[in-house]
Formats: sequence, C-alpha cells, structure tokens
Amino acid sequence: MLNQFLKAMLFVAILSVTSCADNKGPYNQGVYMLIDTSGTYTKELGHAQRIINFTLSKLNPGDTFAVARVDTASFSEKNIIDKQTFDERPSMTNQQKRKFRDTIDKFVKAAKPSAYTDITGGILQAIEYLNEANTGKKTIMIFSDLKEELRKGYVRDIPLQLNGINVIALNVTKLRSDNIDPREYLDRLDDWRKKVEAGGGKWRVINDLERLDRLFD
Amino acid sequence: MTFNDLMIVQNPILSSLIWFFLILATLYFARTPAHKSIVAFCRVLQNTFRVSAHSVQKAEQRLLQRNREVLLAQGMEASERIIEREFERIDATVRKDLAEYPSLQRHLSEEITQIDADYKESTEVPPEPPGWVKAVDAIAKIQTKDPMVAHILEDIHNSMIKANTQATEEYRKASHKRHMHLKDMMPHWRKVTQVLGQVDKSVKSLLTRSQTIDRHMDEYEGIVKASDRSVRMLSSSSLTQFFISAFVLTIAVGGALINFNLIARPLAEMVGGTSRIMGVPINSIAALVIILVELAMGLFLMEAMRITRLFPVIGALNDKVRIRLAWTFFSILLFLACIEAGLAFMRELIMQDAAATRAILRGDGNTEVVESSYLWITTAAQMGMGLVLPFALMFVAIPLETFIHSLRTVLGLITIGVLRVLIWLLHLGSSFMRYTASVLVNSYDLIIFAPLWIEKAVLRKTAIDEGDKESRSQSTASI
Repeated sequence: MLNQFLKAMLFVAILSVTSCADNKGPYNQGVYMLIDTSGTYTKELGHAQRIINFTLSKLNPGDTFAVARVDTASFSEKNIIDKQTFDERPSMTNQQKRKFRDTIDKFVKAAKPSAYTDITGGILQAIEYLNEANTGKKTIMIFSDLKEELRKGYVRDIPLQLNGINVIALNVTKLRSDNIDPREYLDRLDDWRKKVEAGGGKWRVINDLERLDRLFD
Repeated sequence: MTFNDLMIVQNPILSSLIWFFLILATLYFARTPAHKSIVAFCRVLQNTFRVSAHSVQKAEQRLLQRNREVLLAQGMEASERIIEREFERIDATVRKDLAEYPSLQRHLSEEITQIDADYKESTEVPPEPPGWVKAVDAIAKIQTKDPMVAHILEDIHNSMIKANTQATEEYRKASHKRHMHLKDMMPHWRKVTQVLGQVDKSVKSLLTRSQTIDRHMDEYEGIVKASDRSVRMLSSSSLTQFFISAFVLTIAVGGALINFNLIARPLAEMVGGTSRIMGVPINSIAALVIILVELAMGLFLMEAMRITRLFPVIGALNDKVRIRLAWTFFSILLFLACIEAGLAFMRELIMQDAAATRAILRGDGNTEVVESSYLWITTAAQMGMGLVLPFALMFVAIPLETFIHSLRTVLGLITIGVLRVLIWLLHLGSSFMRYTASVLVNSYDLIIFAPLWIEKAVLRKTAIDEGDKESRSQSTASI
C-alpha cells in the first residue's frame, strides 16, 4: 500500500516537471519604429525619444523592439539604431530597456539631418525584420511627416506586404505647404493609408502624444 | 407545385370551391377512421408519458432510497467516529486521573489515620478530684466549737484553693495541647478535601462524558434503526455542512489566489515568462503547480494526522510509518513555504527594479529611491504571507472532506428534485394528451360541421318518414 502511494506521488511529480516543457507561442509582440531624420524634422527627435521610452515601459519579456532612422537610403540594417529581443527574465528585460534608452539618448544627441526621406525603404526593412522575429503581434510606428523624398535612381514603387501588421503614423506634422493647401496633408495621409491597406495592413494615425495609451490597443 | 397546378377549372374561385368541397367530402367520409387515428395517436402519447412518468418515479424512489442509505451510512460513520473519540477521551481521563486512584486512596487513608490519632490525642480527660476531699467532708461534719477544728478547716480550705488552682492550670495546659492537636488536624482536613475534590472533578468529567456518549448513542441507535427523524436530521445537517464548507472553500480559493499572485511573477525569473502552454504563461503554470503540490501535501499531512479520512490508505498504515510520513509531508510543506517566502522577497526586488526602470524611462528616477525607504514593511508582509499561506491552506483538507461528503447527498437531493419536476411534467403531458384527443376530434367535427348537419337533418327526416310509415301501417292494421 505504501509503495502504491509513493508511486502515485512520483507520478504527480513527473507530471508537474514535464508540464513545464518549452512551448513558445506567438504571444509576444514586435515593434519597429522608424524615425524621420530628414531636414527640419530632426527637431522633433525629443518627441520620438518620449515615444520610445513609453514603448519600452509597455513592452514585456519576450517582446522585440527595434528603432531605425529614415534617411536617404533606409532599406538597410545599418539604419537600425538599436534592436532588442527582451529576455524571458523580467530583471534582464529591465537592464536591456535601460541600455536601449541610453543608446537612443546618444543617437538623439548626435543625430544629423539627412537630405532625403526614404520611408518606403524603411517600411520594407521593418517588414523584413518583424517577419524574421516571428512575433505574434507586429507593429510599425512611423515617426515622420510622411513626406517621402527619394534620391534620383532609387526605386520604391514596390507593393508592401503588410499582412497582419499594424502601421501607426506618429506626430505627422503639417508642412508649410500643407498650411497653404490642407488638401496636400490630407492627400498625403490618404495615400499612405491606401498603400498600407492595399498591402493588408492596418493603418492608424496618432498625432496627439498625450494619447500614447492608444498605441497598443 | 404552383397554384396553377391546383387549378381544376379556369376560374380560381370555382377551383377553390371544388377543392373545398372535395376536401370536405374526404374529411366527412374519413371521419370514423380519422377519429380512431386521432384517439389512438393521443392514447399512444398519453401512455408513453404515463409509462415514462412511472419509470422516472421508480428511478426517483431508487435514488431516494440510495440517498437515504448514503445519509445513514455517513451518519453512522460520523457517529461512530464521535463515540470513538469520546471513549478515547474517557480512556485518557481514566488513565490520567483514576490510574492514580490507589496512591490517592493510600494518601487519603494516611491522612485519615493522622486525623484519627490527632483526634484521640485531643480527647478531653476530666481531672480527678483529690482523694482526701471525703476526709475533709467528715471533718466538716464534726459538731464542735473547738478553734482547732476551725483552724484545720481553714488550712484545708486554703489547700483546696491551692489544689484547685493547680488543677485549673493543668487543665488549661491540657486543653491548649488538645487545641494544638486540633489545629494540626486542619491541613490534613484541607488535604482530604482537596483530594476528594480532585476525585469529584474526575468523576464529574466522566459523568459528563458518559452523558454525551448516551446522547450520541441515542442518535446512533436512531440511525441504525433508520428512523425518519434521523434521516431528516442527517439531511438537514448535510445541507448545512455543504453550505458552510463551500463558504470556507471559497475563502481558501481567495487565499490560494493571493498565494498565486505572490509567486507567479518571481517564478518568471526561474522558468521564464514568455513560454506558454495552451495560452497560459509557464510561470503561472509553475505557480499553480507549486500551490497544488502544497495543497496535496497539506491534505496528506492532515490525513496522516488522522484529522481527515479522504485517503483510507494513509489512515490504515501502522502508526510508526504514518508518523514518519506526517513528518515527511510537514518537511516538504515547510520547504515549499520557505521557497514561497524567498519568492515573495524576490517579487519585491523585481517590482522595485521595474519601478526604477519605469522612473528612468519617465525621467524621474530620484522619486522612486526616496519612496523606497519604507518598502521593507511590504517586503516583510509579503514574505510572511508566503510562509504562512501554505500552512493556512493545509487546513483546506477539513472543509474539503466535509464538502465532498455532503456534495454526494446534496447532488442526490438536487437529482431527486429534478426527477420530481420531470415526473410532474410527464404527468402533465399525459393529461394534456388525454384531453387533446377530445379537442382534436371535436375540432375535426367542427371543420366538417356542414356535412354533419346535413347528415343529421337527413337522418331526422328519415326517422320522421319511418315514423309516419309505421303509424300509417298501424292505423291500416287497426282498420
């Protein structure tokens, strides 16, 4: 009788241990943030830093976060300022977040304006990165005025594959020409919306940085 | 099929009328078999309902009987347990108090002997009068006026006074001595009273216990006789126990939830917080497993201590093995409680670290550092809870046992209730079908009321004609 009882206890113990087997599901989220560094938009980098810090505070262990700059040629790994897949352990995640923040601080202090704005290239790079990261939820945040200016010879007329990706345009500032003719601003937003939705993505715009809570709705 | 398919002639109204009369005629000619069919169909359904009701009633009776048996068996077991416990208490009282009875008796008899000796010594002995008093009496009767006699008598008188004083003094001394003996008896009396008080207390305790046993024995006899009163009492008691134990279990679930929250987060540091099984984070599963293991250890410990009887295997083990197992379970529980206290401490550290990171990200890192000076209180509280909760959860075994035992009866009662409702519905269905047959037959006749009315009129006319013929033939015969 005692043996049977001990065997039963052993079975429960084995069941408890085996139930802890690794089974990583797509529950994590990947965020890729593009920061426009062209022309006068460099002045807005302080806001970008605020958004990055907010995003860092919202991300959990196992999530992936990358920040890349948008300049003349954005379809490149070299444009990635920092990228992290946060550790499973919360303490390590906290350390990674602090390190990430320091890297961004350094970037903001040393950022120089670029002549052109290759947003599409940046988005293509983001899609590639997020697909490789294979996260459950994918978000591309575009911190830009959405005015794309390509250097001569750069081909960016490529359809975007944005299936299952949320694209959020942040701090889309109005240009001087937009003030003269607001239709330009509205058309610019609408073009991007169509481009994203044609690629299967979801499009959102958040201009009020006091409403950042809506970022991860 | 379209409406045109139903057209017999070109005119739709005429077609409808033809169809109407055709249907009416069919219904009229099929009246008798239709009535029979309706009645038969309804009777079949009525009988089905009736037979079903009867079957369910039988099932309900069986369940009632089984529930009664279960109640009585549980009640019998509970009574046996209580009586057994009372006898154990009596045994303990007898062993503790009455085992010393021989020495108590010896002590008592020694005290009484001592009191007796003291009493004898304190007995008053009247002083003997001097022997020469009679001689004085004789001299005092001498009739003379001799001064010598007076002088002698005077001397005798003085001697008498002196002797009297001496005797009084001696008597006083003897009385004092006797009083001293009586005084010596006081502690012995008190001792005797004390010893008798102890004996009285023990006997009274035994009497009280025996009265309790008598009461339980009466209940037990009632259960053995399977009296209705006992069943009612047990049923009511079972329901009360069910609700009370459910309430206590709810509280325990609350405790388990707090425990879970205490350890789930820090466990992410050990097993990771991103992997999931069936959508549940692995650290939550680990926390749940730890709590369940603690609960299991608590159950086994209570079982090994013979407080509960959920696992007869443990209760049936010999005392030596059982006690060893109890210590093993306790050690595992203590080990897990210490782990929980450690995890609770770690939780606080992780939370502080997370708060500091958040503050850095917000850009106000200094405020967190200042506020953390009193956080040791919450750390200590969390650690204390981590250590105490596993032991508190151990006692879940008691309400759980009651809940499981009473659940059987309660489920039986609920099922009986459901079956009774079902029986009522089946009886209702049976009655409904019985009257439905009449309603359908009458409705059928209502549809074909016109041919029926014609039939009735024709029959009446035929009857009148036949009556006329008969009367005519009778009158012809009389003529």
